[in-house]
Amino acid sequence: MAETLKKVLIIGYGNPGRLDDGLGPMFAEEMGKLQLEGVTVDSNYQLAVEDSAAIAEHDFVVFVDADVSGPEPFHFQRVVPKHHMSFSSHSISADALMAMAEDLLSSTADAYMLGIRGYEFNEFGEGISSHAEKNLHAALAFLKQALVDRNFAKYVNR
Amino acid sequence: MGATNKIIIEPVTRVEGHGKVSILLDENGQVTRARLHIVEFRGFERFIQGRPYWEVPVTVQRLCGICPVSHHLAAAKAMDVIVGADKLTPTAEKMRRLMHYGQTYQSHALHFFHLVSPDVLFGFDADPAIRNIIGVIKKFPELAVQGVMMRKFGQEIIKVTAGKKIHGTGAIPGGINKNLSIAERDSLLKDIDQQIEWSRGALEIAKNYTVENLGELADFGSFDSNHLSLIREDGAMDLYDGGIRMIDSEGNKVIDHFNYQNYSDIIAEEVKDWSYMKFPFIKDQGTDNGWYRVGPLARMNTADFIDTPEAELARQEFKAVTGGKPNNITMAYHWARMIEVLHSAEKIKELLLDEDLQGEDLVVKGERRSEGVGLIEAPRGTLFHHYKVNEDDQVTMCNLIVSTTSNNVPMNLAVEGVAKKYLSGTEITEGLLNRVEVAIRAYDPCLSCATHALGKMPLTVSVVDHNGQIVDKKST
Repeated sequence: MAETLKKVLIIGYGNPGRLDDGLGPMFAEEMGKLQLEGVTVDSNYQLAVEDSAAIAEHDFVVFVDADVSGPEPFHFQRVVPKHHMSFSSHSISADALMAMAEDLLSSTADAYMLGIRGYEFNEFGEGISSHAEKNLHAALAFLKQALVDRNFAKYVNR
Repeated sequence: MGATNKIIIEPVTRVEGHGKVSILLDENGQVTRARLHIVEFRGFERFIQGRPYWEVPVTVQRLCGICPVSHHLAAAKAMDVIVGADKLTPTAEKMRRLMHYGQTYQSHALHFFHLVSPDVLFGFDADPAIRNIIGVIKKFPELAVQGVMMRKFGQEIIKVTAGKKIHGTGAIPGGINKNLSIAERDSLLKDIDQQIEWSRGALEIAKNYTVENLGELADFGSFDSNHLSLIREDGAMDLYDGGIRMIDSEGNKVIDHFNYQNYSDIIAEEVKDWSYMKFPFIKDQGTDNGWYRVGPLARMNTADFIDTPEAELARQEFKAVTGGKPNNITMAYHWARMIEVLHSAEKIKELLLDEDLQGEDLVVKGERRSEGVGLIEAPRGTLFHHYKVNEDDQVTMCNLIVSTTSNNVPMNLAVEGVAKKYLSGTEITEGLLNRVEVAIRAYDPCLSCATHALGKMPLTVSVVDHNGQIVDKKST
């Protein structure tokens, strides 16, 4: 009997009205077009506590966000669940969200952060910079490949 | 004039975005003034200029990723005026209302369960290692789960009415672009009774907390004020539409059923050199007396009644605490907010059972106009959107007054009251720090700058000299 395909949740987040901050939602939009089996794609302006409910229904979570100062073109890291002493109510960090999913909803999902390097953030504006667009394409190619075997751990620190 | 020392607390945690609080001391170490500095990105009003008006309800959501639905609906209401849609079809108005109640429900529930509950459940002086959301998860996991599920329910309503989470397109000039399918309706109906039950429980917690601690809370960052909100023609609380009503601290109606298309006749905005935010006030009363509070507390005070049965009973209990007079207790915002949660849940059920939501008549248009104003009672309070549009359909002017701006003076007064009462010497104790935050948190302010990308925590600090000149400015 064939092994059941692991279920993956991809959450791209950021504000598309703030230039490169829109990298996450843009990534989600492109991934959504592929309609890959066992892959759920979601996007929002920021992470929120209710995302913990969806996380609890998946085996893996890949958060996709714009990165202000990380390595180019992207980095891929494990997200370790961790409660924070404080966070704002309507948004939450990925590690705190994973801790909430684990503690409240018994989630066993493994989580990863795909941070795509961006450059322009602090103005209103549509579209991403040309450098960010190159990084976006590199990140898309990377995750498409990683989704083939879904052994995300081996890609950490890419 | 004596020298003034300044104590700065930053950032303000557990409120949206980041702010900075300055407490000013005189030569004797006494608090003379406390100021809440909020970073507000004003560039949006320029950004929107030149864009076609029909894009605005979608584009404006980029203003803030925290309450995009409020901006979406306020902008759509302004554009209704531009396209001459003076009365929407029943399906369009009810779909928008459903979207709005869904948003109010999830926003209020999350604020209470995940942000306020540590103070309510553990008390201001509890060990800070416990008095946080982690402590709530450990000691009251069922409440934390309820907060998640109530938020999720509200977001599902937004998704089926606005179309999607980012750049929802549900509301369009003159109406709505979709109705509610039977399948969508039924998926929400199956959960609504549970949601109402949870709302009752949340209301009970907020009410009991306020009543049991009334003595302390009445003296905690509280002050007399005007209260402003929209009000329905018959005096009912209405979160979606109505005329402007403002009452004074004694309950006298200062403004009533005022047509908000003419809001600029009665409201002006003052600029102060120490704050990026403006300070709205009623022109007739001037800057010293014309400021007002908005949001759940104001709405409880301005309304003659609430048109859903359980929330109305709760409102009557709320009013009884102050003998029918306006409630000016800052911390009573939480009780008022939970009354609105129950009201929203009741309204959602009422709307889901209304066949108009499956109607096919979605859009109306009339005589084209060049100027339009849209107001809505956002979760945090009255939200103003004002636009002018030229003959080429391009926006030429945009002015926004967001609810946190209207609550600017009240939040500063609340912080000042707490600082005067609880600051001893010049040391910022944990107790003081949390009390300052508790006072601000009561207003559920949105301090967000929206850009949140990894590694970036937007915070700008400015040093202003006695001439009002910025002598230093740094961003994190």
